[in-house]
Amino acid sequence: GAIAGAMPMASRAQDALEPNTWEEITSYNNYYEFGTGKDDPARNAHRLTIDPWTVRIDGLVDKPGDYSFADILSQMTVEERIYRFRCVEAWSMVIPWNGFELADLLDWVGVQSSARYVAFETAMRPEEMPGLASPVLDWPYVEGLRLDEAMHPLTMMATGIYGRDIPKQNGAPMRLVVPWKYGFKSIKSIVRISLVEEEPPASWNVTNPREYGFYSNVNPNVDHPRWSQATERRIGGGLFAKRQPTLMFNGYEEDVASLYDGMDLSEFI
Amino acid sequence: MVAALNSGLRRVHAWVLYAAAPFPVLWIYYLGLTGQLGVDPAKVIEHQLGLWSLWLIIAGLAVTPLRRFAGVNLLKFRRAIGVITFFYLLAHLLTWLVLDVQFQNVWADIVKRWYITVGMLAFVLMVPLALTSNNWSLRKLGTDTWRKLHKLVYPIAILGALHFLLLVKGFQWEPILYALVILGLLATRIRELPWASRSTPARG
Repeated sequence: GAIAGAMPMASRAQDALEPNTWEEITSYNNYYEFGTGKDDPARNAHRLTIDPWTVRIDGLVDKPGDYSFADILSQMTVEERIYRFRCVEAWSMVIPWNGFELADLLDWVGVQSSARYVAFETAMRPEEMPGLASPVLDWPYVEGLRLDEAMHPLTMMATGIYGRDIPKQNGAPMRLVVPWKYGFKSIKSIVRISLVEEEPPASWNVTNPREYGFYSNVNPNVDHPRWSQATERRIGGGLFAKRQPTLMFNGYEEDVASLYDGMDLSEFI
Repeated sequence: MVAALNSGLRRVHAWVLYAAAPFPVLWIYYLGLTGQLGVDPAKVIEHQLGLWSLWLIIAGLAVTPLRRFAGVNLLKFRRAIGVITFFYLLAHLLTWLVLDVQFQNVWADIVKRWYITVGMLAFVLMVPLALTSNNWSLRKLGTDTWRKLHKLVYPIAILGALHFLLLVKGFQWEPILYALVILGLLATRIRELPWASRSTPARG
């Protein structure tokens, strides 16, 4: 369908995408700070305090500082983007996000020329996040992108879904969305953004580098060691939903493949 | 207490278990078909039937230690527990095959993915146990051979625990707890341990 504000090059990939329901998107989440069950985040995330919310932006930027979420939002243009969302666990959804391009935020704070990567960090509040009591991952959750990936016009900071504020279980008040990468790259409830020179640590990559690469681009030709990535189960199809083929770069190949020219994608997973 | 429990259990026929066994499976499929298992019902059913299989394996392994250490006699239910375990494992496997992977790359999955290899091995080892779970086989094989064959349930239990440990993402307590319970129940069989020589069941 036609998406208000979506850029022309993305719209091709967005044709005929039927979004999942609000109920599906907000009841089936991976957000291990609130528990490892798919329904744990919807049950536990209400404890998270999101107002006030401060994001520290530091490292190789011209205007480092602690920015309130409200201040950031007042500077950005929010638009709707309907993106495929592909989890590394081989399920997928289509989500109508509201948000702004990460590039706009980075331009606003001024990226210095020596910066090559962007590092992100999720809030870590043991009193509000019961999942932190369990050592599933090395908390806090961290992620990273190469600067060109971060500046890509498809990469966004989501602040809403279906025109409403993004629910806490989906990463309120502000989360990353990188539609051509597996979902875990799209880090939630961001409290820190650092521009850095070296490749920053990424939680799943640190935990199990064989299974979760730094890039983690959606790639049907490279299997996860424990399951095939060739097909996916689209959430919402009921008990007998047929698996559907997974698309290279999750269907955004035309837009992003050039970022990885010359890289062997079976090596740089 | 235990005497009353045992005399109560004596009045219950093992077929009660067979009669009740299909209901949890039918119930969870009913919930899935009517949209009451959330947005990814196939996964929920697959996982739930896997957990049921583990619970049943644990129940089967608990019969002997329960008799030895608590004096509770569930021996006559053990065959039913074993047979039902097999059918739950089959239901788990079929759910995986038909609803989850939908027959795609099944053989590749079995040989390439460790947790699937392990789970499939557990199922295959269980087939001869299911086939010989009748009095005719017991007579045909002789008690000793039959008993030895049915000790296969020990590696099957370990494979089941391992299957769970291998499939979760990151460090999680749940599969570790299952593995500890299964290893604990198996440990009660080791003859060198002090309790093994005790032949009369403890009372109280």
